Amino acid sequence: MDFVSIFNAAVTEMFGPTLLVYALAAIGLNVHFGYTGMLNFGQAAFVAVGAYGLALMVVTFAPMWFPGLAAGAVFWLGILLGLIGAVVLALLLGVPTLRLRADYLAIATISAAEIIRRVFRSSTLREWTGGSDGRSGFADVFREYGMVFGFDRGARFSWGPFFYTGTQLWVMVVGWILVGLTMLVVWLAMRSPWGRVLKAIREDEDAVRSLGKNVFSYKLQALILGGVIGALAGFISGLTTGTVIPDTYSPQFTFFVYAMVILGGAARVFGPLVGAMIFWFMFQFLTQALRQLSVQGILPPGVLDPTQVGPIVFVLLGAGIIALLIFRPQGIFGDRREISLDVR
Amino acid sequence: MYAEDMTTVDLPGRQRAREAFSSVAPEAGAAKPDPILVADNVVRRFGGLTAVDVGHLEVQRGAITAIIGPNGAGKTTLFNLLTGFDSPNSGSWAFNGRPVEGVRSYKVARLGMVRTFQLTKALARLPVIENMRLGAVGQRGENFWRSLVPWLWRRQEQEITERADQLLARFQLDTKREDFAGSLSGGQRKLLEMARALMVQPELVMLDEPMAGVNPALKQSLLTHVKQLREDGMTVLFVEHDMDMVHDISDWVVVMGEGKIISEGSPDQVMGDPKVIDAYLGAHHDGAVKTVAGQEVEAGDTPPPQVSESEQR
Ligand SMILES: Nc1ncnc2c1ncn2[C@@H]1O[C@H](COP(=O)(O)OP(=O)(O)OP(=O)(O)O)[C@@H](O)[C@H]1O
Ligand SMILES: [Mg+2]
Repeated sequence: MDFVSIFNAAVTEMFGPTLLVYALAAIGLNVHFGYTGMLNFGQAAFVAVGAYGLALMVVTFAPMWFPGLAAGAVFWLGILLGLIGAVVLALLLGVPTLRLRADYLAIATISAAEIIRRVFRSSTLREWTGGSDGRSGFADVFREYGMVFGFDRGARFSWGPFFYTGTQLWVMVVGWILVGLTMLVVWLAMRSPWGRVLKAIREDEDAVRSLGKNVFSYKLQALILGGVIGALAGFISGLTTGTVIPDTYSPQFTFFVYAMVILGGAARVFGPLVGAMIFWFMFQFLTQALRQLSVQGILPPGVLDPTQVGPIVFVLLGAGIIALLIFRPQGIFGDRREISLDVR
Repeated sequence: MYAEDMTTVDLPGRQRAREAFSSVAPEAGAAKPDPILVADNVVRRFGGLTAVDVGHLEVQRGAITAIIGPNGAGKTTLFNLLTGFDSPNSGSWAFNGRPVEGVRSYKVARLGMVRTFQLTKALARLPVIENMRLGAVGQRGENFWRSLVPWLWRRQEQEITERADQLLARFQLDTKREDFAGSLSGGQRKLLEMARALMVQPELVMLDEPMAGVNPALKQSLLTHVKQLREDGMTVLFVEHDMDMVHDISDWVVVMGEGKIISEGSPDQVMGDPKVIDAYLGAHHDGAVKTVAGQEVEAGDTPPPQVSESEQR
């Protein structure tokens, strides 16, 4: 039982590319759920649209539409398609539902996310999307950019408990910059009159309307902002492995992100990042520790079979979140006074 | 401040309003010399129940008009309709001559017609001062792109904050400035909502039971503030069950019953109307004047209502 290496692996994950995907998705969801009070249960769809926008442009569309265009230009067109895709998705989801009661957005988003995932994985579209195997071969340009800065593909970097490949480290440089920038934008926006309108909408839409604010427009803007940040998560997700696979963007992804936002403290700038880091560390640590305990027979198969590790981790994390909601409902950064308010 | 002036000098706004009404016949649907709001045939049904069926209603500009009527008379529903928070089955109305039926609620507010809610809507998890700032219109920082560049809106924010602090002091909420609105008492929430509506700087402010749950001393000083709104040229339309208040401050009273306007007139005319006594006040109503007069009135407060009575006769 090598706790040091398990711990090191979990700490490495805590700052690694996958964490960045979750952190960006959570920063976006925090705009929706934490600040504006919108129940978006389809954040995975925004991430998927970002990732697929990039992948499909490079692998499928550009060779058809712009043969001969330089690879670098195609890559940036892919980024653009991912961002536009997120805006369009926000409009498609928001325009019909945001005038209705809050629950309609929840229903629309959770269904839309599943529809999008299933369309991407459907065998009918295999020719374009690659079906359930997804798409790969769109990250070369990005990795070449990394080489320019000295992040060689095969290189291994190790420092203290951390160990990353050159590819991972380059993704992390870009990813952490994106996390920093998006948190800066969220921080600036939420301390401004614009953010004040969003927070007021979370409290009572009709009160905000009675003061002459176009609530529908603000909700749509918030949905777009959080969705575009979700698309950034999608880019990181695709560029880390160089592959997009539809089942990455399952409802479970969205629920992980919700857990992270609530854990860190909704409507706090650092909440989603810290929530994501703690959640992802716990997830990795528990998974690997329990697996070793089981594989090495320290916990006999009668107690914990290796195949049961995955489900047990979910049980433990679920119990942990329930305990959090009982003992610290405001999350790590939240303000207890807010939770205890009597919202009459 | 102005509160002291009011006891000494005359009130030109009130004078003007009283004169305007002197030629108006005390009957339901009466035409006013200078109406800011005109409604025609406004009907709202909930299933078989006709909650509002207003044939004709005019609200005089620059005056304080009260709407009274029994519970369920349709007063709140009428407010909801006029401000775009509910849609009528039929009807039309115009604000400042501009038809506003079918106009969305936020646009109605921007036109200068702002309402408060009977069931208060404090923005619980925002501090009191943020509730107030939200009310200001035309904020540059409410645009997403500009919001990211604080120096584009910081100065305006300071101006808004100064105005908000003045109103908070007026409504005796300045000590609660940094508290969450959700931590306020019921009466304080009423005050906050009224102050927040005034941040919009409306032409017509519509208050749905503004004094419900406000203590007598503060009520007295709020009456002074509402009167001051009239002096500032604002039009006030309010729903209230407190007949003392209605009698004290309103220039004109509209009585609703079962969705219809059953009577209109000056406070004294309406309170003497047998239809109103029958439907609303009750036979044992012994006149509001004595109760108000019997109340201790602090220095710097409103003049005692006997003055208004003598004016009336
Ligand atoms: N959304 C609704 N659905 C069904 N009926 C309604 C609805 N809103 C109001 N009503 C009915 O319409 C009638 C008028 O209600 P309204 O709230 O306008 O009364 P009100 O005059 O404001 O009374 P109060 O003095 O008690 O506030 C009531 O009989 C009420 O039951
Ligand atoms: Mg009412």
